[in-house]
Amino acid sequence: MTDIAATAAPSTETATLPARLVKGFVNRLVIIIPYLWLLFFFLIPFIIVFKISLSQTAISMPPYTPVLDFKDGVAGFLAGFRELNFDNYTWLTQDALYFNAYVTSLIIAAISTILTLIVGYPIAYGMARAPATIRPTLLMLVILPFWTSFLIRVYAWIGILKPEGLLNQVLLATGLISQPLVILNTYTAIFIGIVYSYLPFMVLPLYSSLEKMDYSLIEAAQDLGCPPTGAFWKITFPLSLPGVVAGCLLVFIPAVGEFVIPDLLGGSQTLMIGKTLWNEFFSNRDWPVSSAVAVILLLVLTIPIMFFQQAQAKAQEQGR
Amino acid sequence: MIRKALLLSATSAFLTLFTLSGHAEDRVVNVYNWSDYIDSSIIDDFTKKTGIKVVYDTFDSNEILETKLLAGGSGYDVVVPSANFLARQIQAGVFQKLDKSKLPNLSNMWDVISERTAKYDPGNEYSVNYMWGTVGLGYNVKKVQAALGTDKIDSWDVFFNPDKLAKLKDCGVYVLDSPADIIPAALKYLGLDPNSTSPDDISKAEEALLKVRPYIRKFHSSEYINALANGDICLAIGWSGDVFQARNRAEEAKQGVEIGYSVPKEGAQMWFDQMAIPADAPHVADALEFINYMMTPEVIAKSTNYVLYANGNKASQQFVDKAILEDPSVYPDEETTKKLYTVAPYDPKTQRIITRTWTKIVTGQ
Repeated sequence: MTDIAATAAPSTETATLPARLVKGFVNRLVIIIPYLWLLFFFLIPFIIVFKISLSQTAISMPPYTPVLDFKDGVAGFLAGFRELNFDNYTWLTQDALYFNAYVTSLIIAAISTILTLIVGYPIAYGMARAPATIRPTLLMLVILPFWTSFLIRVYAWIGILKPEGLLNQVLLATGLISQPLVILNTYTAIFIGIVYSYLPFMVLPLYSSLEKMDYSLIEAAQDLGCPPTGAFWKITFPLSLPGVVAGCLLVFIPAVGEFVIPDLLGGSQTLMIGKTLWNEFFSNRDWPVSSAVAVILLLVLTIPIMFFQQAQAKAQEQGR
Repeated sequence: MIRKALLLSATSAFLTLFTLSGHAEDRVVNVYNWSDYIDSSIIDDFTKKTGIKVVYDTFDSNEILETKLLAGGSGYDVVVPSANFLARQIQAGVFQKLDKSKLPNLSNMWDVISERTAKYDPGNEYSVNYMWGTVGLGYNVKKVQAALGTDKIDSWDVFFNPDKLAKLKDCGVYVLDSPADIIPAALKYLGLDPNSTSPDDISKAEEALLKVRPYIRKFHSSEYINALANGDICLAIGWSGDVFQARNRAEEAKQGVEIGYSVPKEGAQMWFDQMAIPADAPHVADALEFINYMMTPEVIAKSTNYVLYANGNKASQQFVDKAILEDPSVYPDEETTKKLYTVAPYDPKTQRIITRTWTKIVTGQ
């Protein structure tokens, strides 16, 4: 914010004082909007969930005891502070179930992200190198699936993957296999579902960073005798790194908490954190513990990403 | 399960908007019932007769319904939870007492059922029975004959005996994803009290279920209807009427699939789905009129003829198809009734043990 003000200052030297004040206010306003967004759609919901995670279950509506409310005035609120307890968080450490569910979710999300990158990169690369006239059409094709409901598209995969489904019928008819493949209700089906559903989130940032690349750099490398694969790893890939990072985060973060795809395509044995959360919330109707699970999930995701971004920012500083 | 939750949260948001914008003179009742659980012509007839518009939504798990009710402000006027869930919800203050002066058709109800539902809802002050049924074994007659050499199943042994279930593994076994239905069955098979809340007993049930776990293809509470009807599976632990619906669909499809249903001789759980009005229902008078209409003998008989579950309405029995009324697996005879048991709601501590046990059985963790 201060940067903007500082760089803006010299150019407004000739402007009058009120005009400068207005300009400063507008600059601030532009920054305030995203902060307000974060406040209303992230921070406040998070505080509500966090508050529930500190209460205890009860047979009532809603099914937990109130904590930290202003019913008894400010004094009551302060008294509530002394009674706060983190039982629900210690509970999560006592049963390996929660730890295993977090780890399984992280592993499934990591594998899916790598697979999505492997599938998405050639698509984005092809799009970026395509003639400029057909690029908008290709871009449209990537976005097109969003026009159909996500649930319907996942349901369609059930029809494709089931033992008597489309895929097996084709493979059996062509004689490639003699027994139907069991894909539905396995981890393979989950990976297929996640890669399919999140592919556009990978392709779009990759495309935008690859499209901006100056291809004369590749020509220069080839002129200097660098083989195409070498040029790719030394020039193209490093330059597309911001797109790779953005795409991977956009796939990895929602994949960790994914519930619908494992529920529909995965088998009963799949234990992911989304399902664990569902169980706590719906089966045990223990809203406090499920809130604690959600808070931890958020920390598990945001803290490493914050460190990562900090490290990246530092690396960029040094690069200059 | 969640796909429904997603769809339904959208519909209920829409519904709230709808009811807010509706004119005062438009009479509406918002009904939330189980999926595949009514002959839709009943709803049209009700609107024709009373001028009250019905907004009809469905769910397929008690947990989804309960969460909406506990959160409050669901916007529904009539909901249909199972009795053991209802009992806990009454305690939480979710429902309002029914104004019985507005329900003259209560005189049609069947005391045999009312006595049992009074265990969950003392005096039946908050609820009226819609349908009831059993938890039993649905099976593909020909496939079971081929695998086990018998065409008649009459015992839980076929499921809980690992040697027998192993033979059915390849043709497919589905189980309800509902611990409150399956764990009591395991306890009953082991000769223990199906209502037991002792952790020792529950761990014995867990052991029995883990022994047969490798032979179970999927835990799901509604997919088995189609799976049985298509011949994709040969055995399912399911709710009576759902299995009968599978039988009818199989007959309509004429693919030679024949479905049987058995109330195991060791005993089976009897459950009740109860109509009730949430405390914050926006249209109470219309809700009472709807419930009273559903207790009309001809109406509820029509529903039974369609969904193939028994109802708790004595006067309706003369209108129920004879084949259904005389089928002991729908309307159990005295002999079978003696073997049926009911399950009380779990306290929160036991619920946690049950859910944890269930996660272990289903996922192996």
